Amino acid sequence: MSLLSLQGVEASYGPAQALFGVDLEIDEGQVVALMGRNGMGKSTTIKTVCGMLAASAGRLQFDGHDLRRLPSHKIARLGIGLVPEGRRCFAPLTVEENLIAPARPGPWDFKRVAELFPRLQERRAQKAGSLSGGEQQMLTIGRALMTNPRLLILDEATEGLAPVVRQEIWSAVAHLKANAGLAILVVDKSLKELSAIADRAVILSKGSNAWSGGLEALPAETADRFLGV
Amino acid sequence: MLTRESLLNWAMITALLIVPLAAWSLDEPFIITLATKAAILALAGVGLNIALGLGGMISLGHAAFFGIGGYAMGILAAHAQNYEPLFEWPFLFEGSNQMPLIWLVAVVFSALAALVIGVLSLRTSGVYFIMITLAFGQMLYYFAISWSAYGGEDGLSIWVRNEFPGLNTLDPIQFFAIAYVILCLALVFAARLARSPFGLALAAARQNEDRVEAVGLTPFTLRLTAFVISGAITGLAGALFADLNRFVSPTMLSWHTSGEIMIFVILGGVGRLYGPVAGAALYIMLEHLLGGVSDYWQIFLGLLLLLIVLFARGGLIGALVGREKAHG
Repeated sequence: MSLLSLQGVEASYGPAQALFGVDLEIDEGQVVALMGRNGMGKSTTIKTVCGMLAASAGRLQFDGHDLRRLPSHKIARLGIGLVPEGRRCFAPLTVEENLIAPARPGPWDFKRVAELFPRLQERRAQKAGSLSGGEQQMLTIGRALMTNPRLLILDEATEGLAPVVRQEIWSAVAHLKANAGLAILVVDKSLKELSAIADRAVILSKGSNAWSGGLEALPAETADRFLGV
Repeated sequence: MLTRESLLNWAMITALLIVPLAAWSLDEPFIITLATKAAILALAGVGLNIALGLGGMISLGHAAFFGIGGYAMGILAAHAQNYEPLFEWPFLFEGSNQMPLIWLVAVVFSALAALVIGVLSLRTSGVYFIMITLAFGQMLYYFAISWSAYGGEDGLSIWVRNEFPGLNTLDPIQFFAIAYVILCLALVFAARLARSPFGLALAAARQNEDRVEAVGLTPFTLRLTAFVISGAITGLAGALFADLNRFVSPTMLSWHTSGEIMIFVILGGVGRLYGPVAGAALYIMLEHLLGGVSDYWQIFLGLLLLLIVLFARGGLIGALVGREKAHG
Protein backbone atom coordinates (compact mmCIF):
# COMPACT_ATOMS: atom_id res chain seq x y z
CA MET A 1 0.00 0.00 0.00
CA SER A 2 1.21 3.49 -0.78
CA LEU A 3 2.28 5.82 1.99
CA LEU A 4 0.48 8.75 0.38
CA SER A 5 -2.35 8.16 -2.03
CA LEU A 6 -4.43 10.74 -3.89
CA GLN A 7 -7.27 9.60 -6.12
CA GLY A 8 -9.37 11.98 -8.20
CA VAL A 9 -8.70 14.89 -5.86
CA GLU A 10 -10.57 18.08 -6.68
CA ALA A 11 -10.23 21.42 -4.94
CA SER A 12 -11.33 25.01 -5.42
CA TYR A 13 -10.40 28.47 -4.23
CA GLY A 14 -13.87 29.84 -3.62
CA PRO A 15 -15.71 29.64 -6.95
CA ALA A 16 -12.54 28.95 -8.96
CA GLN A 17 -11.83 25.24 -9.30
CA ALA A 18 -8.10 24.52 -9.39
CA LEU A 19 -7.84 20.72 -9.22
CA PHE A 20 -9.94 18.53 -11.50
CA GLY A 21 -8.93 15.05 -10.40
CA VAL A 22 -5.31 14.57 -9.35
CA ASP A 23 -3.90 11.07 -8.79
CA LEU A 24 -0.65 10.59 -6.95
CA GLU A 25 0.96 7.64 -5.17
CA ILE A 26 4.13 7.66 -3.11
CA ASP A 27 5.57 4.57 -1.47
CA GLU A 28 7.73 4.42 1.61
CA GLY A 29 11.26 5.60 0.76
CA GLN A 30 10.34 6.75 -2.73
CA VAL A 31 11.15 10.11 -4.30
CA VAL A 32 8.39 11.44 -6.53
CA ALA A 33 8.59 14.63 -8.56
CA LEU A 34 5.48 16.73 -9.03
CA MET A 35 5.92 18.85 -12.13
CA GLY A 36 4.07 21.18 -14.43
CA ARG A 37 4.05 24.78 -15.53
CA ASN A 38 3.01 27.64 -13.27
CA GLY A 39 -0.66 27.61 -12.34
CA MET A 40 -1.23 23.96 -13.19
CA GLY A 41 -2.02 22.91 -9.61
CA LYS A 42 1.25 21.74 -8.05
CA SER A 43 1.11 23.98 -5.01
CA THR A 44 -2.64 23.54 -4.74
CA THR A 45 -2.14 19.77 -4.61
CA ILE A 46 0.31 20.22 -1.78
CA LYS A 47 -1.95 22.60 0.08
CA THR A 48 -4.71 20.00 -0.18
CA VAL A 49 -2.44 17.25 1.14
CA CYS A 50 -1.37 19.43 4.07
CA GLY A 51 -4.91 20.44 4.97
CA MET A 52 -4.52 24.11 4.12
CA LEU A 53 -7.18 23.79 1.46
CA ALA A 54 -10.14 21.42 1.65
CA ALA A 55 -10.54 18.86 -1.11
CA SER A 56 -14.04 18.99 -2.58
CA ALA A 57 -13.92 15.48 -4.03
CA GLY A 58 -11.65 12.45 -4.26
CA ARG A 59 -9.67 10.32 -1.81
CA LEU A 60 -6.66 11.53 0.17
CA GLN A 61 -4.92 8.97 2.36
CA PHE A 62 -1.68 8.90 4.28
CA ASP A 63 -0.63 5.62 5.85
CA GLY A 64 -4.26 4.48 5.92
CA HIS A 65 -5.55 7.73 7.49
CA ASP A 66 -8.12 9.79 5.66
CA LEU A 67 -6.61 13.29 5.39
CA ARG A 68 -9.79 15.02 4.24
CA ARG A 69 -11.25 16.42 7.42
CA LEU A 70 -8.02 16.63 9.38
CA PRO A 71 -6.67 20.04 10.38
CA SER A 72 -3.15 20.75 9.20
CA HIS A 73 -1.41 20.28 12.55
CA LYS A 74 -2.85 16.77 12.83
CA ILE A 75 -1.71 15.98 9.30
CA ALA A 76 1.76 17.19 10.19
CA ARG A 77 1.74 14.95 13.25
CA LEU A 78 0.88 11.91 11.16
CA GLY A 79 4.32 12.38 9.66
CA ILE A 80 4.14 14.83 6.80
CA GLY A 81 6.86 17.45 6.92
CA LEU A 82 6.23 20.39 4.63
CA VAL A 83 8.95 22.71 3.39
CA PRO A 84 6.74 25.52 2.15
CA GLU A 85 7.40 27.64 -0.88
CA GLY A 86 9.31 30.84 -0.27
CA ARG A 87 11.60 29.86 2.64
CA ARG A 88 9.25 30.66 5.45
CA CYS A 89 11.19 30.43 8.66
CA PHE A 90 10.40 32.17 11.93
CA ALA A 91 12.47 35.27 11.28
CA PRO A 92 12.79 36.66 14.82
CA LEU A 93 13.96 33.33 16.26
CA THR A 94 17.54 32.10 15.98
CA VAL A 95 18.50 29.16 13.80
CA GLU A 96 18.65 26.83 16.76
CA GLU A 97 15.34 28.12 18.15
CA ASN A 98 13.65 27.60 14.78
CA LEU A 99 14.74 23.99 14.91
CA ILE A 100 13.92 23.32 18.56
CA ALA A 101 10.41 24.79 18.46
CA PRO A 102 8.76 22.09 16.28
CA ALA A 103 11.00 19.17 17.36
CA ARG A 104 9.36 15.80 17.89
CA PRO A 105 11.18 12.68 19.05
CA GLY A 106 12.88 10.53 16.44
CA PRO A 107 16.18 10.06 14.67
CA TRP A 108 16.35 13.70 13.53
CA ASP A 109 17.73 16.11 16.09
CA PHE A 110 19.74 19.32 15.96
CA LYS A 111 23.00 17.42 15.64
CA ARG A 112 21.87 15.42 12.66
CA VAL A 113 20.38 18.44 10.90
CA ALA A 114 23.65 20.29 11.51
CA GLU A 115 25.54 17.39 9.91
CA LEU A 116 23.31 17.59 6.86
CA PHE A 117 23.68 21.39 6.66
CA PRO A 118 26.95 22.40 8.33
CA ARG A 119 26.14 26.05 7.63
CA LEU A 120 23.28 25.88 10.11
CA GLN A 121 25.75 24.78 12.77
CA GLU A 122 27.88 27.86 12.04
CA ARG A 123 24.86 30.14 12.21
CA ARG A 124 23.07 28.50 15.09
CA ALA A 125 22.84 31.65 17.25
CA GLN A 126 21.97 33.97 14.37
CA LYS A 127 18.45 35.28 13.76
CA ALA A 128 16.77 33.38 10.93
CA GLY A 129 15.71 36.65 9.30
CA SER A 130 19.35 37.62 8.81
CA LEU A 131 20.30 34.46 6.90
CA SER A 132 20.84 34.32 3.15
CA GLY A 133 18.10 32.80 1.00
CA GLY A 134 19.92 29.50 0.67
CA GLU A 135 20.54 29.26 4.39
CA GLN A 136 16.91 30.02 5.10
CA GLN A 137 15.95 27.23 2.73
CA MET A 138 18.26 24.83 4.54
CA LEU A 139 16.69 25.97 7.79
CA THR A 140 13.13 25.28 6.60
CA ILE A 141 14.20 21.83 5.40
CA GLY A 142 15.91 21.26 8.75
CA ARG A 143 12.81 22.44 10.55
CA ALA A 144 10.64 19.96 8.65
CA LEU A 145 13.13 17.18 9.42
CA MET A 146 13.04 18.03 13.13
CA THR A 147 9.38 16.96 13.16
CA ASN A 148 10.69 13.52 12.15
CA PRO A 149 8.38 13.03 9.19
CA ARG A 150 7.91 9.93 7.05
CA LEU A 151 7.11 12.02 4.03
CA LEU A 152 8.98 15.22 3.27
CA ILE A 153 7.35 17.65 0.86
CA LEU A 154 9.63 20.17 -0.82
CA ASP A 155 7.69 22.92 -2.54
CA GLU A 156 9.95 24.81 -4.94
CA ALA A 157 12.89 24.40 -2.61
CA THR A 158 15.50 25.61 -5.07
CA GLU A 159 13.56 28.45 -6.63
CA GLY A 160 15.45 31.72 -6.80
CA LEU A 161 18.67 30.38 -5.33
CA ALA A 162 22.20 30.71 -6.69
CA PRO A 163 23.38 27.67 -8.68
CA VAL A 164 25.97 26.72 -6.04
CA VAL A 165 23.36 26.78 -3.32
CA ARG A 166 20.88 24.82 -5.44
CA GLN A 167 23.53 22.17 -5.83
CA GLU A 168 23.92 22.02 -2.07
CA ILE A 169 20.18 21.54 -1.61
CA TRP A 170 20.04 18.86 -4.29
CA SER A 171 22.90 16.93 -2.77
CA ALA A 172 21.18 17.14 0.62
CA VAL A 173 18.01 15.70 -0.95
CA ALA A 174 20.08 12.93 -2.56
CA HIS A 175 21.68 12.25 0.80
CA LEU A 176 18.23 12.04 2.41
CA LYS A 177 17.08 9.59 -0.24
CA ALA A 178 20.13 7.39 0.16
CA ASN A 179 20.43 7.43 3.93
CA ALA A 180 17.24 8.44 5.66
CA GLY A 181 14.67 6.17 4.04
CA LEU A 182 12.30 9.11 3.78
CA ALA A 183 9.61 9.37 1.16
CA ILE A 184 10.04 12.70 -0.59
CA LEU A 185 7.64 14.63 -2.79
CA VAL A 186 9.53 17.28 -4.74
CA VAL A 187 7.91 20.13 -6.57
CA ASP A 188 10.47 21.70 -8.84
CA LYS A 189 11.20 22.82 -12.37
CA SER A 190 14.76 21.55 -12.77
CA LEU A 191 14.25 18.56 -15.02
CA LYS A 192 17.93 17.63 -15.01
CA GLU A 193 18.28 17.33 -11.24
CA LEU A 194 14.91 15.67 -10.86
CA SER A 195 15.82 13.05 -13.47
CA ALA A 196 18.82 12.12 -11.37
CA ILE A 197 16.93 11.78 -8.14
CA ALA A 198 13.24 11.01 -8.68
CA ASP A 199 11.97 7.44 -8.93
CA ARG A 200 8.87 8.68 -10.68
CA ALA A 201 7.30 11.90 -11.86
CA VAL A 202 3.76 13.15 -12.11
CA ILE A 203 3.11 16.02 -14.49
CA LEU A 204 0.05 18.16 -13.93
CA SER A 205 -1.71 20.23 -16.51
CA LYS A 206 -4.77 22.37 -15.88
CA GLY A 207 -5.40 20.74 -12.53
CA SER A 208 -5.22 17.09 -13.47
CA ASN A 209 -2.68 14.40 -14.37
CA ALA A 210 -1.16 14.83 -17.80
CA TRP A 211 1.59 12.24 -17.62
CA SER A 212 3.29 10.00 -15.08
CA GLY A 213 6.16 7.56 -15.10
CA GLY A 214 9.93 7.40 -14.79
CA LEU A 215 11.60 10.58 -16.01
CA GLU A 216 14.07 8.62 -18.15
CA ALA A 217 11.05 7.58 -20.23
CA LEU A 218 9.70 11.11 -20.59
CA PRO A 219 9.26 11.80 -24.30
CA ALA A 220 10.79 15.06 -25.49
CA GLU A 221 7.54 16.31 -27.00
CA THR A 222 5.66 15.65 -23.72
CA ALA A 223 8.31 17.57 -21.82
CA ASP A 224 8.05 20.36 -24.32
CA ARG A 225 4.30 20.46 -24.17
CA PHE A 226 3.74 20.30 -20.42
CA LEU A 227 6.92 21.70 -18.95
CA GLY A 228 7.82 24.22 -21.58
CA VAL A 229 11.50 23.40 -21.53
CA MET B 1 27.15 36.14 27.85
CA LEU B 2 26.64 39.55 29.39
CA THR B 3 24.76 41.75 26.99
CA ARG B 4 23.80 45.29 27.80
CA GLU B 5 20.32 44.07 28.50
CA SER B 6 21.39 41.45 31.01
CA LEU B 7 23.65 44.01 32.73
CA LEU B 8 20.70 46.36 32.99
CA ASN B 9 18.55 43.52 34.30
CA TRP B 10 21.08 42.74 36.99
CA ALA B 11 21.32 46.41 37.90
CA MET B 12 17.55 46.69 38.25
CA ILE B 13 17.00 43.57 40.28
CA THR B 14 19.95 44.51 42.52
CA ALA B 15 18.61 48.05 42.98
CA LEU B 16 15.26 46.62 43.95
CA LEU B 17 17.10 44.72 46.70
CA ILE B 18 19.47 47.49 47.81
CA VAL B 19 16.90 50.26 48.13
CA PRO B 20 14.78 48.49 50.77
CA LEU B 21 17.89 47.20 52.55
CA ALA B 22 19.19 50.77 52.76
CA ALA B 23 15.78 51.95 53.91
CA TRP B 24 15.82 49.23 56.53
CA SER B 25 19.15 50.34 57.95
CA LEU B 26 17.95 53.97 57.91
CA ASP B 27 14.69 52.87 59.58
CA GLU B 28 12.39 54.03 56.77
CA PRO B 29 9.71 51.32 56.68
CA PHE B 30 7.57 53.24 54.19
CA ILE B 31 10.25 52.94 51.50
CA ILE B 32 10.41 49.20 52.15
CA THR B 33 6.67 48.97 51.65
CA LEU B 34 6.98 50.87 48.38
CA ALA B 35 9.66 48.43 47.20
CA THR B 36 7.47 45.50 48.24
CA LYS B 37 4.60 46.97 46.27
CA ALA B 38 6.88 47.38 43.25
CA ALA B 39 8.06 43.77 43.52
CA ILE B 40 4.49 42.44 43.75
CA LEU B 41 3.20 44.56 40.88
CA ALA B 42 6.24 43.51 38.85
CA LEU B 43 5.27 39.89 39.55
CA ALA B 44 1.78 40.59 38.20
CA GLY B 45 3.45 42.11 35.15
CA VAL B 46 5.73 39.10 34.70
CA GLY B 47 2.55 37.03 34.56
CA LEU B 48 0.90 39.28 31.98
CA ASN B 49 4.12 39.48 29.96
CA ILE B 50 3.98 35.73 29.33
CA ALA B 51 0.62 36.19 27.60
CA LEU B 52 1.31 39.59 26.08
CA GLY B 53 5.00 39.60 25.27
CA LEU B 54 5.64 35.96 24.55
CA GLY B 55 2.23 34.86 23.28
CA GLY B 56 1.03 38.10 21.67
CA MET B 57 -2.28 37.92 23.55
CA ILE B 58 -3.49 41.40 24.47
CA SER B 59 -5.44 40.57 27.59
CA LEU B 60 -7.34 43.41 29.18
CA GLY B 61 -8.73 41.04 31.77
CA HIS B 62 -5.75 40.15 33.90
CA ALA B 63 -7.31 42.00 36.82
CA ALA B 64 -9.60 38.97 37.03
CA PHE B 65 -6.65 36.77 38.03
CA PHE B 66 -5.10 39.46 40.21
CA GLY B 67 -8.42 39.85 42.01
CA ILE B 68 -9.05 36.11 42.31
CA GLY B 69 -5.66 35.83 44.00
CA GLY B 70 -6.63 38.71 46.26
CA TYR B 71 -9.97 37.20 47.18
CA ALA B 72 -8.36 33.80 47.76
CA MET B 73 -6.26 35.48 50.42
CA GLY B 74 -9.18 37.53 51.75
CA ILE B 75 -11.65 34.67 52.02
CA LEU B 76 -9.25 32.14 53.52
CA ALA B 77 -7.87 34.63 56.02
CA ALA B 78 -11.28 36.06 56.97
CA HIS B 79 -12.58 32.61 57.88
CA ALA B 80 -9.44 31.74 59.79
CA GLN B 81 -9.61 34.98 61.77
CA ASN B 82 -13.34 34.81 62.52
CA TYR B 83 -13.26 31.11 63.41
CA GLU B 84 -16.13 30.44 61.00
CA PRO B 85 -15.54 27.31 58.95
CA LEU B 86 -15.32 27.95 55.19
CA PHE B 87 -16.96 24.59 54.61
CA GLU B 88 -17.68 21.50 56.68
CA TRP B 89 -18.13 18.93 53.98
CA PRO B 90 -16.33 16.74 52.83
CA PHE B 91 -13.98 17.80 55.61
CA LEU B 92 -13.91 20.65 58.06
CA PHE B 93 -11.97 23.58 56.65
CA GLU B 94 -11.71 26.72 58.74
CA GLY B 95 -9.82 28.87 56.27
CA SER B 96 -6.15 29.54 56.63
CA ASN B 97 -3.70 32.22 57.58
CA GLN B 98 -0.71 30.32 56.16
CA MET B 99 0.72 32.04 53.11
CA PRO B 100 1.91 28.89 51.30
CA LEU B 101 -1.59 27.40 51.37
CA ILE B 102 -3.15 30.74 50.40
CA TRP B 103 -0.75 31.04 47.48
CA LEU B 104 -1.59 27.52 46.34
CA VAL B 105 -5.31 28.28 46.42
CA ALA B 106 -4.73 31.59 44.63
CA VAL B 107 -2.65 29.93 41.91
CA VAL B 108 -5.07 27.03 41.41
CA PHE B 109 -8.17 29.22 41.21
CA SER B 110 -6.65 31.87 38.98
CA ALA B 111 -5.29 29.12 36.70
CA LEU B 112 -8.77 27.55 36.52
CA ALA B 113 -10.31 30.94 35.73
CA ALA B 114 -7.65 31.51 33.07
CA LEU B 115 -8.45 28.10 31.60
CA VAL B 116 -12.15 28.90 31.31
CA ILE B 117 -11.62 32.46 30.08
CA GLY B 118 -8.85 31.29 27.74
CA VAL B 119 -10.89 28.47 26.18
CA LEU B 120 -13.68 30.90 25.38
CA SER B 121 -11.71 33.97 24.37
CA LEU B 122 -8.82 32.39 22.45
CA ARG B 123 -11.26 31.40 19.73
CA THR B 124 -11.13 35.04 18.76
CA SER B 125 -8.20 37.31 18.13
CA GLY B 126 -7.33 40.96 17.83
CA VAL B 127 -9.79 43.47 19.17
CA TYR B 128 -12.38 40.77 19.94
CA PHE B 129 -9.93 39.00 22.22
CA ILE B 130 -9.29 42.28 24.05
CA MET B 131 -13.03 42.86 24.44
CA ILE B 132 -13.85 39.35 25.64
CA THR B 133 -11.08 39.31 28.24
CA LEU B 134 -12.26 42.75 29.33
CA ALA B 135 -15.83 41.47 29.59
CA PHE B 136 -14.83 38.51 31.75
CA GLY B 137 -12.84 40.77 34.02
CA GLN B 138 -15.78 43.14 34.44
CA MET B 139 -18.12 40.21 35.08
CA LEU B 140 -16.03 39.17 38.06
CA TYR B 141 -15.76 42.81 39.17
CA TYR B 142 -19.53 43.22 39.33
CA PHE B 143 -19.89 39.83 40.95
CA ALA B 144 -17.48 40.88 43.71
CA ILE B 145 -19.34 44.17 44.20
CA SER B 146 -22.57 42.31 44.86
CA TRP B 147 -20.98 39.53 46.94
CA SER B 148 -22.03 40.88 50.31
CA ALA B 149 -20.75 37.87 52.24
CA TYR B 150 -17.23 39.11 51.55
CA GLY B 151 -17.69 42.82 51.91
CA GLY B 152 -19.30 43.64 48.56
CA GLU B 153 -18.30 47.05 47.35
CA ASP B 154 -16.51 47.90 50.59
CA GLY B 155 -14.07 45.05 50.27
CA LEU B 156 -12.67 42.85 52.98
CA SER B 157 -10.12 43.85 55.59
CA ILE B 158 -7.76 41.44 57.30
CA TRP B 159 -6.51 42.60 60.67
CA VAL B 160 -3.30 40.66 60.83
CA ARG B 161 -1.07 39.78 57.91
CA ASN B 162 -0.97 36.08 57.15
CA GLU B 163 1.89 33.94 58.36
CA PHE B 164 4.84 32.36 56.70
CA PRO B 165 6.67 29.58 58.60
CA GLY B 166 9.79 30.91 60.27
CA LEU B 167 9.27 34.57 59.37
CA ASN B 168 7.59 37.55 60.96
CA THR B 169 5.54 38.81 58.04
CA LEU B 170 4.54 41.98 59.87
CA ASP B 171 8.14 43.12 59.72
CA PRO B 172 8.26 45.05 56.43
CA ILE B 173 11.72 43.84 55.43
CA GLN B 174 10.78 40.20 55.96
CA PHE B 175 7.61 40.52 53.94
CA PHE B 176 9.64 42.30 51.28
CA ALA B 177 12.04 39.33 51.25
CA ILE B 178 9.13 36.98 50.54
CA ALA B 179 7.84 39.11 47.64
CA TYR B 180 11.35 39.62 46.27
CA VAL B 181 12.25 35.92 46.31
CA ILE B 182 8.97 35.02 44.59
CA LEU B 183 9.59 37.70 41.96
CA CYS B 184 13.10 36.32 41.31
CA LEU B 185 11.77 32.77 41.03
CA ALA B 186 9.09 33.94 38.61
CA LEU B 187 11.71 35.74 36.50
CA VAL B 188 13.88 32.63 36.37
CA PHE B 189 10.84 30.59 35.42
CA ALA B 190 9.77 33.07 32.72
CA ALA B 191 13.29 33.14 31.27
CA ARG B 192 13.43 29.35 31.09
CA LEU B 193 9.94 29.20 29.64
CA ALA B 194 10.86 31.63 26.87
CA ARG B 195 13.83 29.49 25.85
CA SER B 196 12.05 26.14 26.15
CA PRO B 197 10.68 24.43 23.04
CA PHE B 198 7.23 25.44 24.29
CA GLY B 199 8.19 29.11 24.56
CA LEU B 200 9.85 29.09 21.15
CA ALA B 201 6.82 27.46 19.56
CA LEU B 202 4.64 30.08 21.24
CA ALA B 203 6.81 32.88 19.87
CA ALA B 204 6.65 31.23 16.46
CA ALA B 205 2.84 31.04 16.68
CA ARG B 206 2.75 34.75 17.49
CA GLN B 207 4.60 35.34 14.25
CA ASN B 208 2.78 32.99 11.90
CA GLU B 209 0.00 30.56 12.76
CA ASP B 210 -0.08 28.62 9.50
CA ARG B 211 3.62 27.94 9.58
CA VAL B 212 3.34 26.62 13.10
CA GLU B 213 0.47 24.33 12.16
CA ALA B 214 2.43 23.07 9.18
CA VAL B 215 5.04 21.69 11.57
CA GLY B 216 2.41 19.97 13.67
CA LEU B 217 1.92 22.41 16.55
CA THR B 218 -1.45 23.80 17.67
CA PRO B 219 -1.44 27.56 18.23
CA PHE B 220 -4.62 27.32 20.32
CA THR B 221 -3.14 24.84 22.79
CA LEU B 222 0.12 26.76 22.99
CA ARG B 223 -1.70 30.01 23.70
CA LEU B 224 -4.11 28.46 26.16
CA THR B 225 -1.24 26.93 28.15
CA ALA B 226 0.58 30.26 28.18
CA PHE B 227 -2.60 32.08 29.19
CA VAL B 228 -3.14 29.71 32.13
CA ILE B 229 0.48 30.07 33.31
CA SER B 230 0.18 33.82 32.89
CA GLY B 231 -3.06 33.97 34.87
CA ALA B 232 -1.65 31.79 37.66
CA ILE B 233 1.38 34.06 38.16
CA THR B 234 -0.77 37.19 38.17
CA GLY B 235 -3.09 35.45 40.65
CA LEU B 236 -0.16 34.76 42.96
CA ALA B 237 0.77 38.43 42.75
CA GLY B 238 -2.84 39.28 43.68
CA ALA B 239 -2.63 37.18 46.85
CA LEU B 240 0.60 38.93 47.85
CA PHE B 241 -0.80 42.35 47.01
CA ALA B 242 -3.86 41.75 49.18
CA ASP B 243 -1.59 40.58 51.98
CA LEU B 244 0.56 43.69 51.62
CA ASN B 245 -2.47 45.93 52.05
CA ARG B 246 -4.24 43.52 54.39
CA PHE B 247 -7.25 44.44 52.31
CA VAL B 248 -8.99 43.17 49.22
CA SER B 249 -11.73 44.97 47.32
CA PRO B 250 -13.44 44.77 43.93
CA THR B 251 -11.02 47.46 42.70
CA MET B 252 -8.43 44.72 42.31
CA LEU B 253 -10.76 43.15 39.73
CA SER B 254 -11.61 46.31 37.79
CA TRP B 255 -10.43 46.95 34.28
CA HIS B 256 -8.48 49.88 35.64
CA THR B 257 -6.23 47.34 37.36
CA SER B 258 -5.88 45.36 34.11
CA GLY B 259 -4.80 48.57 32.44
CA GLU B 260 -2.26 49.31 35.15
CA ILE B 261 -0.66 45.89 34.87
CA MET B 262 -0.49 46.38 31.12
CA ILE B 263 1.08 49.80 31.64
CA PHE B 264 3.91 48.25 33.70
CA VAL B 265 4.62 45.87 30.87
CA ILE B 266 4.49 48.54 28.16
CA LEU B 267 6.53 51.06 30.18
CA GLY B 268 9.27 48.52 30.74
CA GLY B 269 9.09 46.94 27.29
CA VAL B 270 6.67 44.32 25.98
CA GLY B 271 8.33 40.91 25.78
CA ARG B 272 11.41 42.03 27.71
CA LEU B 273 11.92 39.65 30.57
CA TYR B 274 12.60 42.43 33.11
CA GLY B 275 10.25 44.90 31.45
CA PRO B 276 7.60 44.54 34.17
CA VAL B 277 10.25 45.13 36.87
CA ALA B 278 11.34 48.38 35.23
CA GLY B 279 7.73 49.39 34.57
CA ALA B 280 6.39 48.64 38.04
CA ALA B 281 9.36 50.31 39.75
CA LEU B 282 8.97 53.42 37.62
CA TYR B 283 5.23 53.49 38.26
CA ILE B 284 5.71 53.28 42.02
CA MET B 285 8.40 55.97 41.93
CA LEU B 286 6.22 58.30 39.88
CA GLU B 287 3.25 57.66 42.12
CA HIS B 288 5.37 58.43 45.19
CA LEU B 289 7.24 61.45 43.82
CA LEU B 290 4.54 63.08 41.72
CA GLY B 291 1.66 62.01 43.95
CA GLY B 292 2.94 64.62 46.42
CA VAL B 293 2.92 67.33 43.76
CA SER B 294 -0.57 66.79 42.47
CA ASP B 295 -3.51 64.45 42.83
CA TYR B 296 -3.56 64.33 39.08
CA TRP B 297 -0.08 62.80 38.84
CA GLN B 298 -1.33 60.25 36.36
CA ILE B 299 -1.36 62.98 33.72
CA PHE B 300 2.43 62.74 33.80
CA LEU B 301 2.23 58.98 33.63
CA GLY B 302 0.00 59.34 30.60
CA LEU B 303 2.50 61.67 28.96
CA LEU B 304 5.35 59.28 29.67
CA LEU B 305 3.38 56.35 28.30
CA LEU B 306 2.60 58.36 25.19
CA LEU B 307 6.27 59.21 24.69
CA ILE B 308 7.30 55.60 25.14
CA VAL B 309 4.69 54.26 22.77
CA LEU B 310 5.57 56.89 20.16
CA PHE B 311 9.33 57.00 20.42
CA ALA B 312 10.56 53.95 22.31
CA ARG B 313 8.57 50.95 21.17
CA GLY B 314 10.82 48.60 23.12
CA GLY B 315 9.86 50.40 26.34
CA LEU B 316 12.37 51.74 28.84
CA ILE B 317 14.62 48.73 28.47
CA GLY B 318 14.46 48.98 24.71
CA ALA B 319 15.35 52.67 24.88
CA LEU B 320 18.35 51.92 27.09
CA VAL B 321 19.78 48.88 25.34
CA GLY B 322 18.51 49.08 21.78
CA ARG B 323 15.94 46.99 20.01
CA GLU B 324 17.97 43.92 19.14
CA LYS B 325 16.43 41.28 21.38
CA ALA B 326 12.75 40.50 21.05
CA HIS B 327 12.67 38.19 24.07
CA GLY B 328 14.90 36.49 26.57
